[in-house]
Amino acid sequence: MPRSTTQQALRDPDARARATWALAAVVLLWPLLLVAQFRPADLFDARNLKVIGGFLGQFFPPNLNGEFLGLALKATVETLAMATAGIALAMVLAAPLGLALSHSLSISRIGPGPGRALGEALRALTRLALLALRGIPEIVWALLLVRAFGLGPAAGVLAIAVTYGGMLGKVYSEILESGDTRPARVLLESGSGRLMAFFYGLLPGSAQELASYTVYRWECAVRASVIMGFVGAGGLGQLMDQSMKMLNGGEVSTILIIFLLLVLLADAISSAVRRTLA
Amino acid sequence: MSFELAQIGLVHANGQRALRAVTLAAARGERLAIIGPSGAGKSSLLRILATSLRPTEGRVSVLERNPWQLPGAELKRLRSRIGVVHQAPPLPPRQRAITAVIAGRLGQWPWWKSALSLLYPADIAGPREQLARLDLADRLFERCDQLSGGQLQRVGVARVLYQRPELLLADEPVSAMDPALADLTVSQLHSEAAARGVTLVASLHVVDIALRWFPRVIGLKAGEIVFDLPAARVSDSVLRSLYASETGTLPTQDNQPLDIAPAAPSEPTARKIIPPPRVI
Repeated sequence: MPRSTTQQALRDPDARARATWALAAVVLLWPLLLVAQFRPADLFDARNLKVIGGFLGQFFPPNLNGEFLGLALKATVETLAMATAGIALAMVLAAPLGLALSHSLSISRIGPGPGRALGEALRALTRLALLALRGIPEIVWALLLVRAFGLGPAAGVLAIAVTYGGMLGKVYSEILESGDTRPARVLLESGSGRLMAFFYGLLPGSAQELASYTVYRWECAVRASVIMGFVGAGGLGQLMDQSMKMLNGGEVSTILIIFLLLVLLADAISSAVRRTLA
Repeated sequence: MSFELAQIGLVHANGQRALRAVTLAAARGERLAIIGPSGAGKSSLLRILATSLRPTEGRVSVLERNPWQLPGAELKRLRSRIGVVHQAPPLPPRQRAITAVIAGRLGQWPWWKSALSLLYPADIAGPREQLARLDLADRLFERCDQLSGGQLQRVGVARVLYQRPELLLADEPVSAMDPALADLTVSQLHSEAAARGVTLVASLHVVDIALRWFPRVIGLKAGEIVFDLPAARVSDSVLRSLYASETGTLPTQDNQPLDIAPAAPSEPTARKIIPPPRVI
């Protein structure tokens, strides 16, 4: 039925699509929650509350005696070293892959010019490489690498480098595509190379985002190193594993407090870096 | 020949036609203005000359090369010989003016020189000299987000002057400037082109600058060239038909009335020639 133009103009033409997508999201989410056995009421069941309370009670008070704190400090330094070295290696891995993947630094796209097919093929290959790196959980990499390097932080460092290299590379390329890409494109159009187009055209606008995402990943690496510790990669994780096996809740809570402080530190570093680059 | 376009057609990816059968050539050292209503295809035409757009139809030759038959490395070298002043200067807000100007030579410098220049500028006198020509020398070390729209546009011009291209293209180079600065900037583009004998092509939405400064004026309308005349022969009636669909007055700086003799009934009379200001 034909509608008058005024009627048409007064109705949002996108409303139906929006409603359909919202409905589809709910319809999809519901069975997923069922599969995941999501029953929030269980949390407040009297019996469960008692069990949880008893478990939490073991954590108090935190163990603050000098000997254990000394051990914890040494493990903290080890964890920080593992996370930092891991992230540094991850950046070395991620930077070239991220730059290669980013469409905003593609010269053959202009026109399109020569080498377009080759460029797209290389980009697909890079995407695949990043997928493989981050698709396998770091704990699996760690288990694998512990067999090569033996027990100790080296396996943890490499496991973090590999997985986080994959994550950083993917997000780097997305950050480089999401900002204002015109400055870089214009440089490429006047004969600049890819790397210099990145430094002169993209980096000034995206340095903040790149840095704060990297610091956030460093924070994640600190946490990930705990899990590595469970498989023998040293650091706070290994200490926590021992404390848990000895059912020493006080020591576990001391380690958890150290974790909270480390996350706080990461936050402070992140905002300092953002302020410097602003 | 500085460039030759033969029967160029351009259809954008969304199916919209931007240019139709455009044939245009310029000898080395010529200075052309492209005028026409907005949406006429002025920017598309310049982007084809800049080898940043590939035409759908027709043949392109820029600086004696066919850009779309060159291997990657040579296309890159060709692009470093073409300088483009953009209407909205594509400069990162957090970059300093000096770095933005230095970026004009990225296509000519070896990569290590460009990289070292990020730590300490490889050339300070050069960028300063180009900014000084545009009355911006005191802004050399300021960040682009500290500059006004007109100042940014001049930094963009300084970058291209520093690049020293063999083909100088300018897309609405003075759209954000007041008349005095616009004249200064256009005069600097002209003196650069004259001093080094290179070709200058500028698209302009204001008619008076085009007629005052450019020996050759091209009228573009709906993607087609409607006239290609020496400035002295661009008459009022030619201009009126070019801008027929617009408001009735011709677009000029500050909307000042254009000093053109009204067309005679039979043959268009030559307009009164306004001598261009002396090139500094």
